[in-house]
Amino acid sequence: MGIIGGHAAAFTSRVSGFRLTLVPGLLRQRLAAHGCTLFFVATAVSSPHSIAELEAIAKRIRAKIVRMVYTAQSGHPGGSLSAVELGVALFWNHLRCDPANPNDPNRDRFILSKGHATPFYYSLLAERGFFSADLLEGFRKLGSPLQGHPSMGAVPGIEMSSGSLGQGLSFAIGHALAARLDGRDYRCWVLLGDGELNEGQVWEAAMAVPHFGLGDHIIAIVDRNGIQNDGFADTIMKTNPVEMFRGFGWHVIECDGHNMADVERALTEAEQPHERPRVIVAKTVKGRGVSFMENNPGFHGKAPTAEQLEKALAEIEAGL
Amino acid sequence: MTTISAAATREAYPHALMQLVDEGVDVVAIDADLSASTMGFQFGEKHPDRWYTVGVAEQNMVGIAAGLAAAGKTAFIASFAAFLPGRCFDQLRTSVAQPRGGLNVKAVASHGGITVGEDGMSAQAIEDLALMTSLIPFDVIVPADFEEAKQAIVAVGKTTRPAYVRTGRPKIPVLYDSSYRFEIGKAHQLRNGTDVTIIACGVLVDIAVKAAEVLAGENISARVVNMSTIKPIDREAVLAAARDTGAIVTAEEHQTTGGLGTAVARVLAEEYPVPMAFVGVDRYGTSGKWDELLEYFELTPARVAQAARDVIARKR
Repeated sequence: MGIIGGHAAAFTSRVSGFRLTLVPGLLRQRLAAHGCTLFFVATAVSSPHSIAELEAIAKRIRAKIVRMVYTAQSGHPGGSLSAVELGVALFWNHLRCDPANPNDPNRDRFILSKGHATPFYYSLLAERGFFSADLLEGFRKLGSPLQGHPSMGAVPGIEMSSGSLGQGLSFAIGHALAARLDGRDYRCWVLLGDGELNEGQVWEAAMAVPHFGLGDHIIAIVDRNGIQNDGFADTIMKTNPVEMFRGFGWHVIECDGHNMADVERALTEAEQPHERPRVIVAKTVKGRGVSFMENNPGFHGKAPTAEQLEKALAEIEAGL
Repeated sequence: MTTISAAATREAYPHALMQLVDEGVDVVAIDADLSASTMGFQFGEKHPDRWYTVGVAEQNMVGIAAGLAAAGKTAFIASFAAFLPGRCFDQLRTSVAQPRGGLNVKAVASHGGITVGEDGMSAQAIEDLALMTSLIPFDVIVPADFEEAKQAIVAVGKTTRPAYVRTGRPKIPVLYDSSYRFEIGKAHQLRNGTDVTIIACGVLVDIAVKAAEVLAGENISARVVNMSTIKPIDREAVLAAARDTGAIVTAEEHQTTGGLGTAVARVLAEEYPVPMAFVGVDRYGTSGKWDELLEYFELTPARVAQAARDVIARKR
């Protein structure tokens, strides 16, 4: 937040990678006493990374995901691989965060509502610098802070305990109401799965976000990979997230969740002011990047063999 | 202990919240379309910026409270005890109890027990204490009158732990005045005795006092302890009762499994077993006026007194 630190309970707006913050009146007067006139401070939200850079990061994260699940011999690779581009574009170009100051009250909150996607989440946090990638070795093992599902506070960057589905959007509403009460401008980015949309609580929260006018503080992202625990979503419980969110009063932004440029476009559009809260419905492929996991319900929650790991890593490296 | 007037414990809720705000606690309170019954609306009228109603959506209410607590607020939520925790137990567990050893969320559930009255069995809560005592970081409190309810809600509002406070719908006798000092985890002895101890909570405290008066007429000396904090239970008060009187009756407006009786029995089993009897509600209910229902379920001085006689007879 530049020179005004964390105190700015102030009007702010963001323009393509920069945020303009109105300097509060008291500070403005103090500065004026020293002959300085300052109304806005521009701070870089983050240095924008190119599509090529983001794609390179996505490759590294995919490799981490399959290694983690192989090492643990359990976990959820499918719904982790489907979320990679969404997470990378968000964490490198949009989410206001500082891994060195993970408890900054003005940070944006990333809330993983689909809590089983921990191979994705932990890889993302480690790659972004929230903790050492060495910790990934302990995933799902006794004594490791990296449990099978996220435990709030176990490592920096985990905003919420999840794993029991459907609870993230409600949690974000609490954070958003607090932001408004405290005059802070942070956003809550909530990543949901499409199977998770079966949970009624999601829709209790979905009707409350527009009701409370929290569109400036909450952006939802649905990783629509089309597969849930028991099989293809269309056969287990058919949902239409686009029509459903629209019906609940949201502005729906659709994108190809594996086309980095399209994901960038969707995230940028979601950040623009709108009379309705924004949700990105990203069409994705479960198990994306590994041929034998792609669109395969069998790899919702299954680890690869040693042979499969080698094949997976080769395919990820080749970018197939 | 003479009773001078009557008040419902639920009526204490908004007053306690206002006191907390006056004392500088950053309270945010949420209701789920029952605010005219939980009395939360009175807080909302005084502090509209600190009060939200989320419609008939208890699960969402708990999740929002967890988010508020994560952002530094002291979050209060209110509904009927049949729905909070009945409708949102998983959210209380996953979003409140488990993160960081327990987030700063206080559930104040009104209409506890069977004295809800005419609404019938679906609105009567006889499982809430069993559910809430199973959530590790939660304090669980059942105040016995208006003053104790007010002080208990203020007390939990000043901790950073999650808590469950159960209040009731009917106007019940006032037992305490403002000179009373409630402490979380401390029982209060209303009457001393040597032959048996009646340990009660909530509505049953006044009934236990009346039972002790009946027993006194038979030259039976009954101690009466108000065990308003079910968790953490006051072990010293339970053990003192066991050592001093050698027999214990528990009385509660809840199933005899998973509530006050279970908590007391555990202390005795671990450290000082004595004969014990449980008075509670072990069947689903029916409609009726609250005092008729106390008779229907035999939550009466007569039954508590009989349980005391029975347990005394089992002393060696």
